[in-house]
Amino acid sequence: MAELLSSPVNPAFALLIAGFLMALLPDWRQRKFVALAAPLVALWLWMQVSVFGSYGGIHIAAIGLDLQPFRFDGLSRIWALIFIIAAFINAIYSLHERDRVQDAMAAIYGGSAMGAVFAGDLLSLFVFWELTAITSVFLIWRAGTAASRKAGMRYLVMHVGSGVLLLAGAVLLHSQTGSWAFEHIGLETGLAGWLLFLGFGIKAAFPLLHSWLQDAYPKATISGTVVLSSFTTKMAVYALARGFAGEDILIYIGMIMTAFPVFFAVIENDLRRVLSFSVNNQLGFMVVGIGIGTTLGINGAAAHAFADVIFKGLLFMSVGAVMLRTGTAKATELGGLFRSMPFSAFFCLIGAAAISAFPLFSAFVSKSLILAAVADEGHWFVFGVLIFASAGVLEHAGIKIPYFAFFAHDSKKRPKEAPWNMLLAMGIAAFLCIFLGVNYGWFYSLLPYPVIYEPYTFVHIVGQMQLLLAAIFAFGLLIRIGLYPPEVRMTILDVDWLWRKPLKHLALWLNAISDRLFAAVENAIDSKIQNAGRSLTALLSPQGAFARIVPGGVLTGWAAAFLLIALFIAYLAKS
Amino acid sequence: MILESIGSSSAIGIDALWSNAAALVVVIPLIGGAVAALLGRGRIAWAWAVLCVLASFILSLFMLNLVLGGETIGYEMGNWEVPLGIAYQIDSLNALIITLVSAMALLALLFGLPTVEHEIDPKKQSMFFGTFLVCVAGLLGMAATADAFNVFVFLEISSISTYVLVAMGAKQNRQALTASYNYLILGTIGATFFVIGVGLLYMVTGTLNMSDISSILAGMGDDRVVRAAFAFIVIGLGLKTAMFPLHTWLPNAYAFSPSIVGMFLASTATKVALYLLIRFLFSVFQTGSSFETAMFDFVLAPMAVTAMIVCSVQASFQPDVRRLLAYSSVAQVGYMLLGVSLGTAAGLSAGLLHLFNHALMKGALFMAIGLAGLGLGVVRISEMRGMGKTMPFTAAGLTVAGLSLMGVPLTAGFISKYYLVIAALERGWWWAVVAIVVSSVLAIFYVGKMIEAMYLHEPAKHADGSVMKVKTPVLSLIALYILVLANVWFFFDPSLPFGLAETAASALIGGEGS
Repeated sequence: MAELLSSPVNPAFALLIAGFLMALLPDWRQRKFVALAAPLVALWLWMQVSVFGSYGGIHIAAIGLDLQPFRFDGLSRIWALIFIIAAFINAIYSLHERDRVQDAMAAIYGGSAMGAVFAGDLLSLFVFWELTAITSVFLIWRAGTAASRKAGMRYLVMHVGSGVLLLAGAVLLHSQTGSWAFEHIGLETGLAGWLLFLGFGIKAAFPLLHSWLQDAYPKATISGTVVLSSFTTKMAVYALARGFAGEDILIYIGMIMTAFPVFFAVIENDLRRVLSFSVNNQLGFMVVGIGIGTTLGINGAAAHAFADVIFKGLLFMSVGAVMLRTGTAKATELGGLFRSMPFSAFFCLIGAAAISAFPLFSAFVSKSLILAAVADEGHWFVFGVLIFASAGVLEHAGIKIPYFAFFAHDSKKRPKEAPWNMLLAMGIAAFLCIFLGVNYGWFYSLLPYPVIYEPYTFVHIVGQMQLLLAAIFAFGLLIRIGLYPPEVRMTILDVDWLWRKPLKHLALWLNAISDRLFAAVENAIDSKIQNAGRSLTALLSPQGAFARIVPGGVLTGWAAAFLLIALFIAYLAKS
Repeated sequence: MILESIGSSSAIGIDALWSNAAALVVVIPLIGGAVAALLGRGRIAWAWAVLCVLASFILSLFMLNLVLGGETIGYEMGNWEVPLGIAYQIDSLNALIITLVSAMALLALLFGLPTVEHEIDPKKQSMFFGTFLVCVAGLLGMAATADAFNVFVFLEISSISTYVLVAMGAKQNRQALTASYNYLILGTIGATFFVIGVGLLYMVTGTLNMSDISSILAGMGDDRVVRAAFAFIVIGLGLKTAMFPLHTWLPNAYAFSPSIVGMFLASTATKVALYLLIRFLFSVFQTGSSFETAMFDFVLAPMAVTAMIVCSVQASFQPDVRRLLAYSSVAQVGYMLLGVSLGTAAGLSAGLLHLFNHALMKGALFMAIGLAGLGLGVVRISEMRGMGKTMPFTAAGLTVAGLSLMGVPLTAGFISKYYLVIAALERGWWWAVVAIVVSSVLAIFYVGKMIEAMYLHEPAKHADGSVMKVKTPVLSLIALYILVLANVWFFFDPSLPFGLAETAASALIGGEGS
């Protein structure tokens, strides 16, 4: 087969071309065919590359420009593969939808995320980086609500801004090194490094730069949220792994990212928002792995990104299925759905087990790489926080999502089971969650560096089970006692439950404050956008001051005044 | 005997043709214009105009070839020697401009017949093509001549014919008349400033030949009259170049004129004026003199940057497609002026490269919009909805040219913006790089608006629910695609414009700064 292609072709093109094609295809059957075929073609192209290297470089000697749009190495290989898998599963999941814009944009979005991962130079990276922003925003807008329109606008501002920071950093870096190559950058490059770091950080949802995620994802369309959760943040993690591996600051940023969403997620009522917080939390683990920067740490980040795309996608898919059938994702309005949606409930439980890192599930073999890397370097405090966060994952994602959606008190809702295509997509993802956890040898062989690590040791399994069972026991106990108001059924379980009340109130208070804070910030941004828009319109629109049709006399005056200025400058210039 | 003489005389004829190429390239369309006006029917006049412009184009290619070989073509009108007579001089700088103008004129004519038949009164069509030829001749003359006063003459020839051409849009939209009138007022002021400047120079140096002026100025000390002449010429030509804030005539003139005129002007008129500005700044006046540097730093560069941002924002607000493109043109002129005002060889060649590329992209965009207007009556962006289905080829061409305007890699627009960024960095002008980035992001918005309307919205449908299919004239489509492909071609092989721009820049600045 290999001789079919004279030189390797970038798999990203398969998705990009498919996306443009779908924008033109009026018939939904043809579109769905293309949507399913494109990831398969991409996968085939991906398999054709046997040797690591950079292919299809564009070199323009006249201006000394060297673009490397297709660099295939250990790091980009695994990220590209997970994007291909995600694109395929997402295509199945959205088979029942008839939205041309979403079909096209999802494919171009996935293709450009893959393009960014393959980019060997910062200019190509910038182009794909911005393309992901511009295309993904449609997945939010197509929800069609006023809230989604506003959130989409805020999302776009943040993400285009991130691209601008990236470009500014790239230009600065080029002036220092004379090269556009995208290799290890490091913060020691000064302002250039920090600009790039910040640009990556926005998309990776660093603390304080993260609000777009919880803001926009829950407001996107049902399949849109699933697609969004697969690409943007993982692409940013890739960029960090490529450019800033081993930066100590990342360890602490990642640590905060794993811990803080736990507090918000446990008391959040909108299950899609809970999962959005959980995105942050899982990203934190990857960022810590990158910050450690050892081969084990990078392997862990790559493995966890791979596993996360699947299990997080699975959870978003199951909540999406519930939302499709019941019209809501609010914990308070759901419950007892396992009676009529047994398959969805089953797949959701598998996703929950995977994200909670039960043995034999994917996160068990991927997260442990990161924890081992942290332990190897002796960051015990960080290690402790990560263990706490792992327990927190179990609470807010592992138990809360399936419990409130499918079990808990019976909401008396008896919706139909999810459509077959959603079940199929969830089934594939669920299979992969278990497959990766069991066949970890194959999984590890995909990682950037050789792995010498055995996840299924007695100590590790027992330790993990203790953590998980303790957390489940605590949860069961708290439910049993029945002391909890419905919207705060859980609390932080690692600490003595006597501290439950103060902690609960602290969490509630923090939540209220942050809700208000974010609402205020969102309002401020909205009104800034509106104000800026209004004053720009007043000045520059066709009705505006700058564009009005001015009488010739005024124009003449302008010209004369300008001539006068020019004359002054010519005269005043020192001879 | 007879045969022999015929043979030899025809050989002389061919020789004479080539040796007079510098003059003929201007004279053919000028005389041809008068003839075209006499040809009663539109189509015949069109065929004649194509013929004349084709001749000019071939001659310009011939000269381009000579210039690429390292020659400079000099020509003395009526064999009057240089300081007294009018001389033409073609070097790598204006060979590029002349080729560009004649090529764009040819493509405009190939593209424009259906739109002219649609937009212009049948009785006026032959006059229209005649005026068009005169306008082409004026622009070519401005580029070819080496005589400062002769520049003014051709400037007026091209301007007056342009006023007429713009006003011919009145059948479609009466606003063309006010647009033309405003352009007339401002254009005349610009030309007046310019001729005052030339007069002042003549007063000081006693000559009108550009290289002569230059060598006399070099031998003189600082002179206030020269400074005044400098300011007058820069502002006069700046007006014709649509330098911010003297651009107010441009958006309406482009938007309300007939499609073919808008397309031709957008890709040539400001370019030729900019060429003259470069010629005067770098080869007539002393490069690096204090007043020139001051003018760069305090007038040209700030105005260029303002234009890049303000006019891009303005473009984003326009519902009228051609006004959108016109505002974008003013912003793009900002890029070119920024390159010029860097005052380095790299900056100048970046500016020239962008001049060339911008002609390609704006020409293609205006063509596509002209076809959309012909097929669907498109004036506003909202009327472009679903063009991806109704006019797939036009829409695809428009998209590629739009991407080039944004400066996306794989299109020519990227090359010149990239090179401009590098040149600005060399000079250490960070704020200029920031402005380029901001303006490019704005370009994503306003081009994105068009692309979104074309591909993501359903087209208007017939009563039975079938999608309208619009037939597009084949010749027009060919012209459009020549430009679209050029936009891609000159990404992969920019050596032709780049080589000429580099040679010209280093000849003008003497390789300083790069």
